[in-house]
Amino acid sequence: MDSSPELRVRLRQKAPIPLDAEIACAPGEVLALVGPSGSGKSTVLRAIAGIYRPREGLVECGGETWLDTEKTLDLPTHQRAVGLVFQSYALFPHMTAMGNVMASLGHLPKDQRAEAAHGWLARVHLAGLEARRPAELSGGQQQRVAVARALARNPKVLLLDEPFSAVDRSTRQRLYRELAELRGEVRVPIMLVTHDLDEAARLADRMTILRQGRTLQSGPPHDVMARPASVEVARLVDLRNIFTARVKAHRPETNATLIEWGPLTLEAAHRPDFAAGQSVAWSIPSARVVLHRRDRPSRGEAENPVPGAVAEYVRLGDAVSLGVRLTWESSLLLFLTVPLHVAQRNGLALGVSVTASLLSEAIHLMPPADDE
Amino acid sequence: MDWPALTLSLRLGALTVLILLPIGIFLGRALAWSKIPGRGFVEAMLTLPLVLPPTVLGYYFLVAFGGASPLGQAFHAIFGQTLVFSFSGLLVASVIVNLPFAVQPMQRAFEAIPDELRHAGACCGLRPWQVLLRIDLPLAWPGIVTGLVLTFAHTLGEFGVVLMVGGSIPGETRTIAIAIYDRVQAFDNSGAGIMAALLLVLSLLALGVTYMLSSRVGRRHG
Repeated sequence: MDSSPELRVRLRQKAPIPLDAEIACAPGEVLALVGPSGSGKSTVLRAIAGIYRPREGLVECGGETWLDTEKTLDLPTHQRAVGLVFQSYALFPHMTAMGNVMASLGHLPKDQRAEAAHGWLARVHLAGLEARRPAELSGGQQQRVAVARALARNPKVLLLDEPFSAVDRSTRQRLYRELAELRGEVRVPIMLVTHDLDEAARLADRMTILRQGRTLQSGPPHDVMARPASVEVARLVDLRNIFTARVKAHRPETNATLIEWGPLTLEAAHRPDFAAGQSVAWSIPSARVVLHRRDRPSRGEAENPVPGAVAEYVRLGDAVSLGVRLTWESSLLLFLTVPLHVAQRNGLALGVSVTASLLSEAIHLMPPADDE
Repeated sequence: MDWPALTLSLRLGALTVLILLPIGIFLGRALAWSKIPGRGFVEAMLTLPLVLPPTVLGYYFLVAFGGASPLGQAFHAIFGQTLVFSFSGLLVASVIVNLPFAVQPMQRAFEAIPDELRHAGACCGLRPWQVLLRIDLPLAWPGIVTGLVLTFAHTLGEFGVVLMVGGSIPGETRTIAIAIYDRVQAFDNSGAGIMAALLLVLSLLALGVTYMLSSRVGRRHG
């Protein structure tokens, strides 16, 4: 038997919730499972914990097999060493913080449980609040009790189901830091379910994109967000600049691939896997679209210049989100974000003509979308 | 005051409560959480004793328990006595009649426990019976006590079914409700009045406890 400490999950079913998911997470690694609401993120987590039973599946963790539908093996939840932090925390309302953590310590002899529970509560900075009931704790404190309770069981995997969605912003920032600290001490796979890409980018080593129960792409968050494997993923990671073009030629000497985008020829990151003449989709993060200064020209303007006119001007705090209608194709908008002072100094307003440069290494090619 | 009738009623009430406690917890939990297809039918059957006239219920018990029925014959063969016009028959009828009073409050109490709490219990490594003892019962106990209090009070007051199944045999099947009726028939209004007042007080107490407990459930889960 394979005794890899990794968490390995494979789930497949057509109904009632479609699932086609493959997930792996190494000990000490934080894997973010990201997808829109209803994408099946929580279902995957529940299937790992044994709360949800998929038609077909395999769940291996810490060298044990918890679920193998082919061998009709399906351990009940209490026999799977999972630490699960529920979105609502699911603290036992009739027990104190201490009681909640002690409920998880059934594997220890009775006389050691109180001491261990004290220790866990101290580790999540709740010393002194042992006697409080959940209703007497703040949201952030409740979340810490839930984390302490999940870890107290000495789990082989830690599962976090949108644990930061119910706390305010400043508490969330603090909890982020605490999770980062904690992961250094807990050498088990950690899976974090979230719909927040920024959260995934901040906390996770790798992320897996899930849509309609199907895992689409896994990788380091910045890779997935900057280089989505498909148009579907590009849309899910909030890339607004997604266009179609045709591969013109490859320039291995400059590490570039040239693409024809309407009348323009753009230099993109080198992708020899797409043949010349092939139609492709491409994307660029809006942060990698650079606005040319209108008062005086500057370096870098030769890099994929795209002319247009401002058609959308949305102020978001200290930044401005711009939609530039392309001169050569009025149905296309190129999105970019500039600091407010830049927008003001350049006199940007609706209808003003501008030129933007597309940083060539940020132009990412993908197979064309099925629906286009 | 007919003391033997009062003790008989109290004994009947206590035994009914004792028998319905595990049955109510089992059925209440099953109905609260299971997604079995026949659930609506089971619930309707359990509610039937609430809407049927007691004489109708009593009549069917009489038929089912009588010496001509297989149940009556089996009981006679095993215990050497008949179910009808006996305390045992009264107890069986009382348990069945009180099913809705016991099960429904317990079912509501179990339904009020979020699924996630029980899942969290399992994720803590608690076995199903530990989840029952440490999570379900502590959270559902007001509903469980309510069911038992209602059962007890209703047993003391049951008249039609008792009269049909048990008759009015002193010390065997004459409950306090029957005794009141007998007193009135014998023009002993003061005797009937004392016993009626006692039942009134007991019922008020039962309702008081029930309302206090249900407001507790509301606060806890609201």
